[in-house]
Amino acid sequence: MDFGFIFSSALGELFSPTTAAYALAALGLAVHFGYSGLLNFGQAGFMAVGAYGFAISTLSFDAPFFLALIISILCSVIFAFILGIPTLRLRADYLAIVTIAAAEIVRYVVTTNQLTSVTGSANGLAAFENTFYAMNPFPEGSYMGMNNRDFFIRVVGWGLVIVCCVLVWLLMRSPWGRVLKGIREDENAVRSLGKNVYAYKMQALIIGGVLGALAGMIFTLPRGAVQPSNYGTELTFFLWTCLLLGGMATVLGPVIGAMIFWVVLSLTQSLLYGLIESGAVTWLTTVQAGQLRYILVGVALMLLMIFRPQGVFGNKKELAFA
Amino acid sequence: MSETNERNTENIDYMTDSRPIAVGENTPGCKKRDPIVVAEDVTRSFGGINAVDVEYLEIPRHKITALIGPNGAGKTTLFNLLTGFDTPNTGKWQFEGNSLAGVSSYKVARMGMVRTFQLTKVMGKLTVMENMRLGAADQPGERLSKALFKGMWGGREKEITAQANVLLEKFKLDAKKDDYAASLSGGQRKLLEMARSLMVRPKLVMLDEPMAGVNPALTQSLLDHIKNLKAEGMTVLFVEHDMNMVRHIADWVVVMAEGKVVAEGPPGEVMKNPAVIDAYLGAHHDVDLGDAEGIKVLEAELEADEESVVGTEDAGILSDIVETKKEDGK
Repeated sequence: MDFGFIFSSALGELFSPTTAAYALAALGLAVHFGYSGLLNFGQAGFMAVGAYGFAISTLSFDAPFFLALIISILCSVIFAFILGIPTLRLRADYLAIVTIAAAEIVRYVVTTNQLTSVTGSANGLAAFENTFYAMNPFPEGSYMGMNNRDFFIRVVGWGLVIVCCVLVWLLMRSPWGRVLKGIREDENAVRSLGKNVYAYKMQALIIGGVLGALAGMIFTLPRGAVQPSNYGTELTFFLWTCLLLGGMATVLGPVIGAMIFWVVLSLTQSLLYGLIESGAVTWLTTVQAGQLRYILVGVALMLLMIFRPQGVFGNKKELAFA
Repeated sequence: MSETNERNTENIDYMTDSRPIAVGENTPGCKKRDPIVVAEDVTRSFGGINAVDVEYLEIPRHKITALIGPNGAGKTTLFNLLTGFDTPNTGKWQFEGNSLAGVSSYKVARMGMVRTFQLTKVMGKLTVMENMRLGAADQPGERLSKALFKGMWGGREKEITAQANVLLEKFKLDAKKDDYAASLSGGQRKLLEMARSLMVRPKLVMLDEPMAGVNPALTQSLLDHIKNLKAEGMTVLFVEHDMNMVRHIADWVVVMAEGKVVAEGPPGEVMKNPAVIDAYLGAHHDVDLGDAEGIKVLEAELEADEESVVGTEDAGILSDIVETKKEDGK
């Protein structure tokens, strides 16, 4: 087994654009659930809206990059309104049901054959990333072993993660964030103090949703393709895993959670493949190994919930009263 | 506080103001000289049972009004209806002349009508101080557009913190300031909730059983705080089962039973009302069964009652108490 390769590919996952996308989307979930108590099980839907919003406006309407970006953000805001208006007055569990259904609806709508000319159906859309790479300021060459395109998307992706983390941190230390945390603890008490709970919940839903949409774009740009199968419910649950790994009501938690998630996935995959190829493990095929690593992630999550339920960055004191 | 000073120049001291509260007779639903809340024909039924059926009720301004009645009389439901947490089936109700029909609960609170809950609601995973700050009104940083810029809300935050410190000291919670509210005891949570509602600087405070679970020494000092709220120009409406408290601080008592207002008046008068004694207080409510004197009074009262066992051989534990008390006396 080539341990050097195993660790270098695991380290590569640490700063891959996909990890950045997961970190952003999980940060959105932290705004939703960790700070405001909104159970959003449809974050994959927000990512899909962001990705398709960008791809469709670029391909079908020839929109320049920043216009496509704004359109995609607007789409996620509208999506948040559609989800929030009927459900935010109800208890938290209703939002969970509606979001999980809405994310599936989005996925089925973009998969329908009637819309093939716009959404590309099950094959999805491709070749919409040129407007993005046209802005690449880095000349061709090798940057830490990457070409200029890979380096550019990493810089943009992680730059966005840092900017969003700072924004979320600033928001959550403000009185606005305090009202959100109050709503998480007890809506009626906050209402009795004269705060418009509904408006705050809507604002939180939108902010988390926009983070999800940005994540969707960062997720698709390096792939050069957007496909409905990427935005299934399992994506939402991977994001929840990242959030729980890192700690729910923290800013850095979701980012570190996403890093841990991808490093563990990469390590287990390479180790299992290495063991199979070297003949040490004969009772597994490489296909089974690919599935086994998700089982291992599940086991890791269970162990975490038992031995460190607050996540890596969470505050143990908060759990003492849960 | 400027409001208080203003009022004082008009030479009305609400602490000693002894003008009559009601206009005319003290009957259920009577008109008040200066009402702050007026409810008319407010009804609310749950599955065929009329939880609240109030024909007419006025709450006097700058007074402490107690709302008493047996369990299930609809006191808390009336609180919910008045503050917008529940919607009545029929009726009109207004606060300072503004109709509250269809007004959502947070707007009611902003108008200056703030309530606490019977089942205490504190934000467990926020510190006591953050709980208090959350109560304050007019914090510009609570708007999303200004939240990012500390310069726009930092000044107000300092004022709020100072205000919260004063209140926490009054309510003996200053040592707990930086602890999570979830670590407070049940009684302390009651105190925190009351202190938090005062952060709003309301015109009308509605307290749902404020003294339940609070120890006697603290009750005494809290009673004084509540009384002093009047001096600051506030009106208080509270639900309480502790009759000593009601007697001690209430200027006016409203008695509810089965959803209806059955009696109103100053505490001394209402507690002698036979209907109230029947429905709520019980015949011997002013006898303290905990001491020998009380037992003697009860014995004397019940001498004429043939069915009573007090003072006879069948008295059971009551006679034991009397015996031991007598021995202690020797």
